[in-house]
Amino acid sequence: MTVPSLTERTPLGTETPPILEVKGLWKVFGPKADRVVGTALGRTELKEQTGCVAAVRDVSFSVRRGEVFVVMGLSGSGKSTLVRCLTRLIEPTAGEILLDGDDVRKADEKRLRELRRHRMAMVFQHFGLLPHRCVLDNVVFGLEIRGVPKQDRYVRAREVVGLVGLTGFESSYPDQLSGGMQQRVGLARALAADPEVLLFDEPFSALDPLIRREMQNEVIRLHHEVGKTMIFITHDLSEALKLGDRILIMRDGELVQVGTPDEVVGAPADDYVRDFVSDVPRSHVLTLRWIMREALPDEPLDGPELGPDVVIRDAVHTVMSADRPVRVTQDGALLGVVTSAEILEVIAGGQS
Amino acid sequence: MAPVVGAVTGVATRLRVRGLLILAVLAIWGLGWALLNGRDTLALGGAELTPLHSSLSEGMDAVDDSRNSNPFFLYFINYIRLFLDEAVTFVQALISQPSFGRPVPVLGWLGVTGLATAIALLYGNRKAALLTAAGLVSFGLLGLWQESMDTLALTLTAVVLSLAVGIPLGVWAGMSDRFHRLVTPVLDFMQTMPTFVYLAPLTLFFLIGPASATVATMIYAVPPAIRITAHGIRQVSPDTLEAGASLGATTAQSLRHVRLPMAKQTIIVGVNQTIMAALSMATIAALIDAPGLGKTVLKALQTLDVGTAFNAGLAIVIMAVVLDRVTSAASRRVEAERRAGRLLTPGRRRLQVAGVLGVTAVLGYLSYTYVWAAEFPAQANIGPVVRRAADAASVWVQDSLVGFTGAVKNLLTNGLLNPFESLLTGSPWWLVFAVAVAVALLVGNARAALATAAGLAVLVLLGLWQDSMVTLASTLVATILVMMLGVVVGVWMGRSDRADTVLRPVLDAGQTMPAFVYLVPILGLFGPTRFTAIIAAVVFAAPVAIKLVAEGIRRVSPTTVEAATSVGASTWQLISKVQLPMARSGMTLAASQGLIYVLSMVVVGGLVGAGALGYDVVAGFSQHQLRGKGLAAGLAIVVLGIVLDRVMRAATERADAAAHGGQPHK
Amino acid sequence: MTNSRSGKIRVLVLVAGMGLLLNACAGAKVGETAAPAAGGGSAKACGTLNLAINPWVGYEANAAVIGYVAEKNLGCKVVKKDLKEEVAWQGFSTGEVDAVVENWGHDDLKKKYIDDQKTAVSAGPTGNKGVIGWYVAPWMAEKYPDITDWNNLNKYASLFKTSESGGKGQLLDGDPSFVTNDEALVKNLKLDFKVVYAGSETALITAFRQSQKQQTPLIGYFYEPQWFLSELKLVKVNLPAYKDGCDADAAKVACDYPPYELDKIVSKKFADSGSPAYDLVKNFTWTNDDQNLVAKYITEDKMTAEEAAAKWVADNPDKVKAWLPKS
Ligand SMILES: Nc1ncnc2c1ncn2[C@@H]1O[C@H](COP(=O)(O)OP(=O)(O)O)[C@@H](O)[C@H]1O
Ligand SMILES: [Mg+2]
Repeated sequence: MTVPSLTERTPLGTETPPILEVKGLWKVFGPKADRVVGTALGRTELKEQTGCVAAVRDVSFSVRRGEVFVVMGLSGSGKSTLVRCLTRLIEPTAGEILLDGDDVRKADEKRLRELRRHRMAMVFQHFGLLPHRCVLDNVVFGLEIRGVPKQDRYVRAREVVGLVGLTGFESSYPDQLSGGMQQRVGLARALAADPEVLLFDEPFSALDPLIRREMQNEVIRLHHEVGKTMIFITHDLSEALKLGDRILIMRDGELVQVGTPDEVVGAPADDYVRDFVSDVPRSHVLTLRWIMREALPDEPLDGPELGPDVVIRDAVHTVMSADRPVRVTQDGALLGVVTSAEILEVIAGGQS
Repeated sequence: MAPVVGAVTGVATRLRVRGLLILAVLAIWGLGWALLNGRDTLALGGAELTPLHSSLSEGMDAVDDSRNSNPFFLYFINYIRLFLDEAVTFVQALISQPSFGRPVPVLGWLGVTGLATAIALLYGNRKAALLTAAGLVSFGLLGLWQESMDTLALTLTAVVLSLAVGIPLGVWAGMSDRFHRLVTPVLDFMQTMPTFVYLAPLTLFFLIGPASATVATMIYAVPPAIRITAHGIRQVSPDTLEAGASLGATTAQSLRHVRLPMAKQTIIVGVNQTIMAALSMATIAALIDAPGLGKTVLKALQTLDVGTAFNAGLAIVIMAVVLDRVTSAASRRVEAERRAGRLLTPGRRRLQVAGVLGVTAVLGYLSYTYVWAAEFPAQANIGPVVRRAADAASVWVQDSLVGFTGAVKNLLTNGLLNPFESLLTGSPWWLVFAVAVAVALLVGNARAALATAAGLAVLVLLGLWQDSMVTLASTLVATILVMMLGVVVGVWMGRSDRADTVLRPVLDAGQTMPAFVYLVPILGLFGPTRFTAIIAAVVFAAPVAIKLVAEGIRRVSPTTVEAATSVGASTWQLISKVQLPMARSGMTLAASQGLIYVLSMVVVGGLVGAGALGYDVVAGFSQHQLRGKGLAAGLAIVVLGIVLDRVMRAATERADAAAHGGQPHK
Repeated sequence: MTNSRSGKIRVLVLVAGMGLLLNACAGAKVGETAAPAAGGGSAKACGTLNLAINPWVGYEANAAVIGYVAEKNLGCKVVKKDLKEEVAWQGFSTGEVDAVVENWGHDDLKKKYIDDQKTAVSAGPTGNKGVIGWYVAPWMAEKYPDITDWNNLNKYASLFKTSESGGKGQLLDGDPSFVTNDEALVKNLKLDFKVVYAGSETALITAFRQSQKQQTPLIGYFYEPQWFLSELKLVKVNLPAYKDGCDADAAKVACDYPPYELDKIVSKKFADSGSPAYDLVKNFTWTNDDQNLVAKYITEDKMTAEEAAAKWVADNPDKVKAWLPKS
């Protein structure tokens, strides 16, 4: 299976209308939660004074259609709470959630159910499969509860089972499958409903590294094939960088930074994020745009040409083998130049 | 390092201080007893009544009298009664009583045996089927076919109805914390309130006959169905539930597709326990004319005919074992089917079912048509042999062991029971009250102390203080003996599969053999004494404790045991340092269940010389003017159960917290 | 695969085998040999007799004979219901019990059901005389002849000490069905005894049995007629003689128990029904010896109640004749 490299993906234009918009979202656990909304108290003081935990604090962001939007943070930073608030598996305390302009928070019981059945589906860290049902029956579950006729739902289920590479395991039971296979079932179950948005809550954290990588590639492949909007929770930075078109970083329930992977690595918002990204091989993430400099007046400008969004790693060969500065151009205009000195600096891990 | 050491010594100091405090309280008690012995003991003679007892009696009379005018009884209760009568009579017509103008029931012994075996085969496995066939044939061989079928008819009807009521309520209690909190004390009440207290009033409302017997049985058999179902529903993994919700499942859908299927196995355990509970009522229900083996036992008891009682008791034990093994096999089949991905394709399964049902139908037809298949052949009756053997054994045991058992009884009674009891009954009530509350506070927590205070106050109000203290003394001694047996035998069983295989049927017998069967021999050995009552309680309660401890020991992770062995722990060290401490939760459960079982034998104790509350209940059942006092005594037993349970639970919580090096919870 | 096929074959063989069995071992068919229900015309006249069976053998003897005669001579359908006394009396008011055929006192129940509710009426004495009192095993009476006088009881109190009696002599009280005055008696006669509740007849009898067998001292509450007395002739201890009214105040009793005239109680409905069975119940009387004999058939000879009654009725046709309604 050839895995499309992320670098080849065309970045989504900012002009694409958002499919999901979250504004000023709060989730407070504890007594008299709504009184805590807006607090500036820190975690421990809040707990001491009110007995409450503010798991999500005033988070706003928007997700574009077709985007892979990653939410990242240390364990306990409120990621799971945030993603559950989106479909109100956890009832938010305050804020606004707009799905294609519809206010999710105002939906009544019935509309909320419809939304969960048709528009957003979730994949869970611990799979949440039904142990008494075989793979195929697990996959049809979502269709079954929304009343799709038996014939149709099995046709559809076989289709997605094929899509996630489970063909041949239709009649196995969950406990006969490996973790990776089980998560494929979870994925198939979510896909079966053909939702507009797929939510993933650390879906691969429970898997061992090899399987995890395989599953990550699988998600990338699926994203290419079905082009769904995905909101992906992880605590693993490399996973976030690998999958995310954009990354939202959380700390103690608060949003710290939103940006593309190279923005996050190249321009960390604060020390928390900087710490986070310090171990990342920057050359794998940053593009030429981040290291190019203006051409010196006496430099020859007839070297090879590269785009600004080429990842440094991919440019190494060209730059190092050229005997003159490489020109970074976009639409014919010269943006800057890159020489082996810049490349070496990044690879050697120095600060830009 | 330093703070850890500090914390540890802190805990140790606190523990030592607590221990000293408890000792101090006990010392004060001893002193108080010596000084104030006999004062304010609130004694009440066997036939004496308090005004409360009289007004309880009058209240009961008033309810009796309203029976014919109160629409609640006229309509509601009457229809329930009609329904219950019809249901039992119908099953009896099928398997036990002459019906539809024929001198025999619809299904004769061959048909019933065939049908039961088929059910065991289709829902359980081959081994269960074999056991079922053997068990049912043995009813005939013991010469008790019809009695056994009557018991089976009543038990099955009561079980089916208990499940019909209990499973939905259990599901509700599983889904709603509120309802769960509401229903738990009611279930506690139903399980500890002695049956004798409500047996007579029941017959007023449901009349003499199957309906009353069914209701009496259900009162005892519904609680396990509700409790265990709720437990099963509650333990369904929240991950799976959330996944269902995320797909937009309604509450009903999530119940039907997620909770119920996932709780199925636990619910079958509940079914199993419901059956056991129902069967354990067979003898008592016979007091209000419930048909079946219980009657045989009670009749035999009138003439002290141990052999006949044993014969019928044996049939009850066999029935219990068969039902237990079949339901257990059924629950394992659910599990096995799931794991193996269904053993048979639907087609083959259908074929198997058709084959088995075909054979059953043929057997059923034979037993409908031919006398030899309808009535169990009388020549094949080995009942008399069993009876004579049991008689001989009983006489031999009584004659040859009585000297030894008498000495044991005297030793334990004079050395342990009497001093303890006289401390409880000889001290002024307010002293015992204060001591109990202080001890509850010290070993448990403030809530336990509050429960103790409230409970003891109720005992005083009920006018049964001294009787309660006598019963309390015996109950505690019995529970201690039960736990000693539970630990010793349970550890043995938990460590050795061979011991398990050998002991399990013995324990099952101890649990299901009606106490009335072995009352005569133990009376012969120990006389009508409190000690006899304690022995009866231990026989009944120890099996549960042993099984639970064994279960706990077996659950200890083999890796841990391996690790301990690898550092050279001796067997004794392994048991005392690894297995027992790790089986702690099993032991706690064993103690609390053991206590409940001991309490449920208080009334039987009253029949063999324990006096006190048990006797009050029995007398209330037998004498009209004492029934208010009987009701009060029943309530007192319930109160004792609640207080002991709360204190024990608080003490365990504290011990757990201490074991984890932290402070006890508030 | 093979497994299932062999299973299939096994099933086929079984079915075939059963088929063969069906033809081969036919035998008698249900209903062919069954005799038609006994009775005939008179059954209608009598109808059903609902007899309560209280749980002691003497009672069962009465009921066995009455039931047997009602069935055989009057063609009634007799339904026996095993019930404790309290429940049996309740049966009068709910219409489920027609007769209680051996009643020991029970003034409180009489007041409630006969005087207040008027759902029950007395049907006269059974002819049996009930005696209640304190008894010792025969070996004791032999060894300590003066023990049968209550005045000497304190002399022997230490003999009767047990683990239950707290340093005093033990007086074993019995079946909770009986109202006993024993605690008051002990107090008022200033006896150095403590009442211990055996709790059931079974416990009492076992205790007396062991007392005789092991020669252990025992004094306890007992009563006649009782089948056990034919196994072991217990000896009664004489308390201050009963005089009318000496037991009026339960707390001040200092005399023996009154002799009981055991009687029969029937439901009002049954009494008014004109059933010949009512006449039978009303006319039924016999002696303590008669009852003891039937009780012995049941307990020692292990006969069923039916067999015992049949034997006694066959041996005593005259007595039975006197009970039957004169038509
Ligand atoms: N049901 C709850 N009640 C109280 N606190 C909760 C609950 N769920 C989560 N929390 C708290 O909210 C915070 C965020 O939790 P979570 O969203 O699970 O974090 P993450 O998924 O990032 O690890 C944590 O401090 C957690 O303890
Ligand atoms: Mg999480």
